[in-house]
Amino acid sequence: MSPDTLLQVEDLAKRFVCHMQGGKEILGFEGVSFRVRQGTALALTGPSGAGKSSVLKCIYRSYLPVRGRIRYRPAEGGEIDLARASETEVLRIRRGEIGYVTQFLSVVPRVPAVDVVAEPLATGGVSLAEARRSARALLERLGIERTLWEAYPVTFSGGEKQRVNFARAVIRPPRLLLLDEPTASLDRRAMTVVIELLAEMKSRGTTMIAVFHENSPLDALMDERYRLPAKESPS
Amino acid sequence: MTPILSVRGLTQRYGTGCRECLSLTGARRESNRCPRCGSIVACREVSFDLFPGEVLGIVGESGSGKSTVVRLLHFDEEPLAGDYRLAVADAAGTGGGNLFALSPFARRRIRNEHMGIVYQNPRLGLRMKVSAGGNIAERLLLAGWRHVGRIRERASALLQQTEVPLPRMDEPPRNFSGGMQQRVQIAKALSTRPAVLLLDEVTTGLDVSVQAKVLDLIRSLQRELGIAMLVVSHDLGVIRLLTSRTIVMRHGEIIEEGLSDQILEDPQQPYTQLLVNSVL
Repeated sequence: MSPDTLLQVEDLAKRFVCHMQGGKEILGFEGVSFRVRQGTALALTGPSGAGKSSVLKCIYRSYLPVRGRIRYRPAEGGEIDLARASETEVLRIRRGEIGYVTQFLSVVPRVPAVDVVAEPLATGGVSLAEARRSARALLERLGIERTLWEAYPVTFSGGEKQRVNFARAVIRPPRLLLLDEPTASLDRRAMTVVIELLAEMKSRGTTMIAVFHENSPLDALMDERYRLPAKESPS
Repeated sequence: MTPILSVRGLTQRYGTGCRECLSLTGARRESNRCPRCGSIVACREVSFDLFPGEVLGIVGESGSGKSTVVRLLHFDEEPLAGDYRLAVADAAGTGGGNLFALSPFARRRIRNEHMGIVYQNPRLGLRMKVSAGGNIAERLLLAGWRHVGRIRERASALLQQTEVPLPRMDEPPRNFSGGMQQRVQIAKALSTRPAVLLLDEVTTGLDVSVQAKVLDLIRSLQRELGIAMLVVSHDLGVIRLLTSRTIVMRHGEIIEEGLSDQILEDPQQPYTQLLVNSVL
C-alpha cells in the first residue's frame, strides 16, 4: 500500500448462501478493487443492485466477504485486513476510527435523541454533560426541533431520524466515514447543513467513501469515483 | 488485549458415558444425546475469550448447552473437561492456572469475590424469605465484609441503583413482582463489584414492558461500571440490545461466532439463518 493510502480494497467479493431456500446463492458483488487516499472522498457508483451498500457493509464488517482483502492503515500505524481481523480488533477500530451513516436508523430503543447523539463522545472519555452540550449544538445546527431533543427517535420522521443518525456518526469526527445515502430523505435546508458539516470534516482530514443517487449535492465533495463492475447475468 | 475470562475445551456430559459419546453427538450429528449409552453431551469443546468491558452474547435454543456453560463458569457443577482462567488481580492462590483444578474452597472464594450471576429463575439467585437487603448482605459477608453499617449502606445504594424502592429493602423478594426480583438479583450480583457478570436468560418469562426496563437497567449499569458481561439468551432482541460479539451454540457446540450485527445481518450457518429469519 502506498504511504498516502488509508484503505485499499483488493478483489473483494460477497456472495450470500440462503440455506433456507435450498442453498440458493445470491451474488452481492465481485472483483471489486479500489483505494482511497487519506483525506479524500471516493464515490462508489453503479446501477441499483450493483452491490454498493454491500461493499460499505463489508468494510464495516456487518457483512463477511467471501474473497479478497480490505487493507486499512490504523491511526497507530501498521496495516490490518478488515476482512480477516479478529472481531475484537474490528470493534476497536470501529469505535475509535470508523463512522457509518445509513439511511436507516439503527439506534437503541428508549434512549432520547440527545443521548443517542452524545453517546460516542461520552464513551470516548468526554463527560456526559459536555457530550450532551455538543449533541444539542449539533441537533440545533441540523434543524431538529428543540422539543424533540429529549424524545425517542423511534417516533421521528424519516428526515429527522436521518439527521440524528448523521449527528451520531459525526459528533466525534472519524478517520474514515462510510456514507450510505446519508441525504436520501432530507429537505434542501438540512441537506445544505449536512454538506457543510461533511466539508468541514473533510478539511480536517476525514476520509470518506460514499454511496448516493445521481445529481446529489454530495457529488461536489468527491475527489474520485469508482464504478462497481457489472455482474454477469444470472445463468 | 488480555482477556478477563478465558475458557478452552469446556465439555460436560450427563449420564454414565461411553467411549463414543463425543464422536456420536454434536452439531454435525444433530443431537447431543449419545445413541449408544443415552448420555447427554451438554457442551463440548467450548472455547472463547471475554475481554475487559465487553458484553459477549451466547445465543441458542433450549438444549444448545448455553446455560450449562454458564453453570460451569460459575462452578455450579464440575465439568468433564476444560481449562478456565480469570485475569483478576488477586485471584489468590490460583497462580494463573486452571480454575477447575482448584479446591472447592478456593473456587467458592473466587466466585464470591470476582463473579456475579443473575439466573432466569430468581429462586436460584435469591433466598425468597430473606429480606432484599439481607440477600445482598449475605453475599457481602461471604466476600469478607464485616462492618454491619457499611453493609447496609452498600445494600441500600445498590437497591437504589437498580431502582428497587428503598422502603421495600426489608421485605422478602417473594412479595415482589418478577421484574423487581430480577432487579434485586442484579443488585446482589453487583454488590461485590465482580470482574465478570453472568446473565442467564434474565428477561425470559417477564412481560415485554418489564423486560424492556430490566434490559435498560442492565445497559445503563454496564455503561456506568464498564463490567464485562456474558449474556446468555435465546432472544435475538436481547442479543442485539446488549452485546457487541455473539457466539451461536447448537447441540452443545459453538457453530458460529462474530460481531453481533454481522451475526444478525449476515448469518453464515443454516441454523443461525433459521434463527434470524424466525424473529417475529
